[in-house]
Amino acid sequence: MAIWLDEHTKVVVQGLTGKEGQFHAAKCREYGTKIVAGMTPGKGGTNVDGVPVFNTVAAAKAATGCTASLIFVPPMMAADAILEAADAGIELIVCITEGIPARDEVLVKRAIAGRKVRLIGPNCPGIISPGKAKLGIMPAHIHKQGSVGVVSRSGTLTYEAVGQLTHLGLGQSSCVGIGGDPVPGTSFVDVLTAFNADPATEAVVMIGEIGGSAEEEAAAYIKAHMRKPVVAFIAGQTAPPGRRMGHAGAIISGGKGTAKEKMEALSAAGIHVVATPADIGIMMARALGKA
Amino acid sequence: MKVHEYQAKEILARYGVAIPRGKVITVAAEAKTIAAELGGKVVVKAQVHAGGRGKAGGVKLAKSPAEAVLLASQIIGMKLVSKQTGPEGRIVRKVLVEEAVDIARELYLGIVLDRAAGLPVLMASKFGGMEIEEVAAEHPEAILKEHFDPVAGLQPFQARKLGFALDLAGDTFKKFTKFVAALARAYNETDASLAEINPLLITGGGDVLALDAKMTFDDNALSRHADIAAMRDLDEEDKFEVEASKYDLNYIKLDGSIGCMVNGAGLAMATMDIIKHAGGAPANFLDVGGGASQERVEHAFRILLSDPAVKAVLINIFGGIVRCDMLAAGVVAAARNLNVTLPIVVRLEGTNAEEGRRILGESGLKLQPAATMAEAATKVVAAAR
Repeated sequence: MAIWLDEHTKVVVQGLTGKEGQFHAAKCREYGTKIVAGMTPGKGGTNVDGVPVFNTVAAAKAATGCTASLIFVPPMMAADAILEAADAGIELIVCITEGIPARDEVLVKRAIAGRKVRLIGPNCPGIISPGKAKLGIMPAHIHKQGSVGVVSRSGTLTYEAVGQLTHLGLGQSSCVGIGGDPVPGTSFVDVLTAFNADPATEAVVMIGEIGGSAEEEAAAYIKAHMRKPVVAFIAGQTAPPGRRMGHAGAIISGGKGTAKEKMEALSAAGIHVVATPADIGIMMARALGKA
Repeated sequence: MKVHEYQAKEILARYGVAIPRGKVITVAAEAKTIAAELGGKVVVKAQVHAGGRGKAGGVKLAKSPAEAVLLASQIIGMKLVSKQTGPEGRIVRKVLVEEAVDIARELYLGIVLDRAAGLPVLMASKFGGMEIEEVAAEHPEAILKEHFDPVAGLQPFQARKLGFALDLAGDTFKKFTKFVAALARAYNETDASLAEINPLLITGGGDVLALDAKMTFDDNALSRHADIAAMRDLDEEDKFEVEASKYDLNYIKLDGSIGCMVNGAGLAMATMDIIKHAGGAPANFLDVGGGASQERVEHAFRILLSDPAVKAVLINIFGGIVRCDMLAAGVVAAARNLNVTLPIVVRLEGTNAEEGRRILGESGLKLQPAATMAEAATKVVAAAR
């Protein structure tokens, strides 16, 4: 098992006819993901590499029975794309797009609250269930099927952690990038809850960064509910306050959201916190009694 | 994006937020007529993108138009050094000349995005003039909070709740609720990430005025606010960072000696952290992004080398979609074109890493390869000594 995504999940790609959409959809298909439809307004009736394109998500769903969507549309159109997918009854929406205005993210979050839909991202690498399917832009070959769940606010730093795990022979159940924006659709707590319930996941790597309080909320959840070992790293221990470190959400504001606070909160919750990113893999091996 | 106080007030005034009368000038002599028009007694305020201006001598009261000119001439051109500017300070290029108003009470109002709630939150307190972080630390119970839905907007009852809690009454109460509603609307409609009025002034006559105003805006939304985007003041930004932004490079200057070039923001921060862990200090944060082409690598190299404090460079790339061989070729070409003589440690991992390492090894350049982040950090720290 894995969380939220497997080899049976049928996917529509919003923005399939664009350069990025086409490139990454092909990579996802190569990996075994069931890409059954594309969606670009005005391009309905055409196809991309044999995948039929529809004018609306609703039409794509009616024709193909897709239940997940992967979004590659420009930032100013992303909120509309997410809401269209939610309206069509898509259950899993993965939005890769970076640069969406924070207000749009707030509106989307309010609009889909209470509906049976999971939004991953925006501004994220997506989700992969190694050996089964991937819905995102991560390099598939560094992954290995196994029992470690990975959740992260970062992209390439997640690849670094996954690379270390695979190198040590520790495969992954699912890896979820929740994205670097201030108002993500899915939180650490959402992913930890799913990993906690997933019988195929034995332990979790969590990669946080400065800004906001998502890591502190995760620490509280882990302390109260998590039955599996968690290894954590927080990026930005040397980041200056008041500066946005690349990600829109990575900012220490008013002295809050520092790496130190987060690391202390996680340590206090009994989590294995590593001080350097080089130790993520080896600490997980130790936590699982494999080193 | 940050704007100056006078620009924030100009934007807020469009939404009906009450501000003192005033005008911004760059030539001191102009203070004379403005001060005369405003009744003679004025405040001359340095316009820089940093707080702590008062303590740094950037805000002065003039009792006559002649004194306003004198003070303006002293402030324009001064190097303002406050806690927020750092020791290098900021050169003041403009001053705001504003009517002096009598102060009965000073309050605080601010709107930010509460990330945990996923909603904007309006904060108010009786401790005007104090930084909200200080109030939060010393009198957390004194901060009143009202979250609001950006679709429905801040509701009148919420403004009334705050007005009663701040012990306002009569006409002042009415002016306050109107002020709060206008501020919330301005925050919402301009895609602001911060709208702060500190202090919010209650005058002796019972008027409610924004004595100071600070606004910052969501960079991701600037494309739908051309008028605000045009307010960007490049003089207030680091010249390296401005240069980097032209090529969509995320660069932030720091004060160490190890230049860093990394793909991805999280990995870039983690690379800074591991340098520190190895006993060194990063000279910058630099994310070359996912689609790092040779051209971008070259620009990135040039920018980070233009910082004279850089003694060694660490390149850390985890190739996902970006292929390491392509990046290695870019690094080699850029290092040759720019005639780089500093020690460079390169760590390549991911897609086509082997091929990338071969290209670096055969380049004839003095590049030190590293297999892991830990090894790379140790090597670059040694090289910078």
